[in-house]
Amino acid sequence: MARDQQMVMYEEEFNQIQFVVDKLVKDANAKVVFIVDKNGQLIAASGDVENLDTTSLASLTAGNIAATGGMAKLLREDEFATQFHEGTKQNVHIQLVGNRVILVVIFDARSSLGLVRLRVKKASEELNRIFEALLKKVQEPGADTPFAEISDEDIDNLFND
Amino acid sequence: MSFINYMAREINCKIVYYGPGLCGKTTNLQYIYERTNPSAKGKLISLATETERTLFFDFLPLNLGEIRGFKARFQLYTVPGQVFYDASRKLILKGVDGVVFVADSQYERTEANIESLENLRTNLSEQGYQLDKLPYVVQYNKRDLPNVADVAELRELLNPTNVPDFEGVARTGVGVFDTLKAVAKLVLTELRKGGGA
Repeated sequence: MARDQQMVMYEEEFNQIQFVVDKLVKDANAKVVFIVDKNGQLIAASGDVENLDTTSLASLTAGNIAATGGMAKLLREDEFATQFHEGTKQNVHIQLVGNRVILVVIFDARSSLGLVRLRVKKASEELNRIFEALLKKVQEPGADTPFAEISDEDIDNLFND
Repeated sequence: MSFINYMAREINCKIVYYGPGLCGKTTNLQYIYERTNPSAKGKLISLATETERTLFFDFLPLNLGEIRGFKARFQLYTVPGQVFYDASRKLILKGVDGVVFVADSQYERTEANIESLENLRTNLSEQGYQLDKLPYVVQYNKRDLPNVADVAELRELLNPTNVPDFEGVARTGVGVFDTLKAVAKLVLTELRKGGGA
């Protein structure tokens, strides 16, 4: 199995992604929307995120998707691209986009599963396009790492506590 | 693999603690969590059974500071050590940037150490990685116990390629930060090469 490609985020694509995520919060009447890569790293978030531990949520979401993906493999399914968790006050809709990133929508009684599914579908298509373009850009020669210049001293300085 | 975010000026790296059941992977993370400044750490999340055996993973996000204007964020994961949780272990290795192999120094765990190391190699290769090409360090844990093997002996069995290795007593913190720093340094050095691990 081939390794996944290095994930890089540039300002231009980030702004496009943030726009989609902001729009989805409004369109789906959601509390929070966030995007995580499959390795558990948060890419973008929108909505009522201030009191939310998005880092932990991102890691758990990725773990969840990974576990579901493992189940799919055992059942000879490609993937289970959608998950829905129903709570008493809040619900979570999780959608795998382009088998690369995960779109999470947290919503309450002000919205409905039907509306969320509808809006997620549209947003997924847009996100898929953005991420495909982004991955192409990362593959282009000349997309150098900014860390080529790191010195041993820089690294040592990190640990001088 | 690492995630470079130019917008947030962040670099995110994933480090996985691997090793046989009850070798002290979770204890390493707990010690790091207890001794890290609150501003530099997130929550320690443990998906464990009622008897505190790791069921899926432990997770601890750390901010190590800034490097060349980028925040260096490390996400530490442990795997469940028990043999039958192999499917979960494979999942956690996805996107790994660096590995810490925590060995249990007790004589009676020799076989378990060897088996776990073999399992690490196999599971990494299934994901397209080779252990010998990854940033990788070894910790010989539980050095405070009476029935431990010599480090030289453990090294011969578990570290034939001579990667950085450390003696540890994770319960009291001996060697815990040395191990973390060593693997983090290797990950950042790899990043400099542009490998992105």
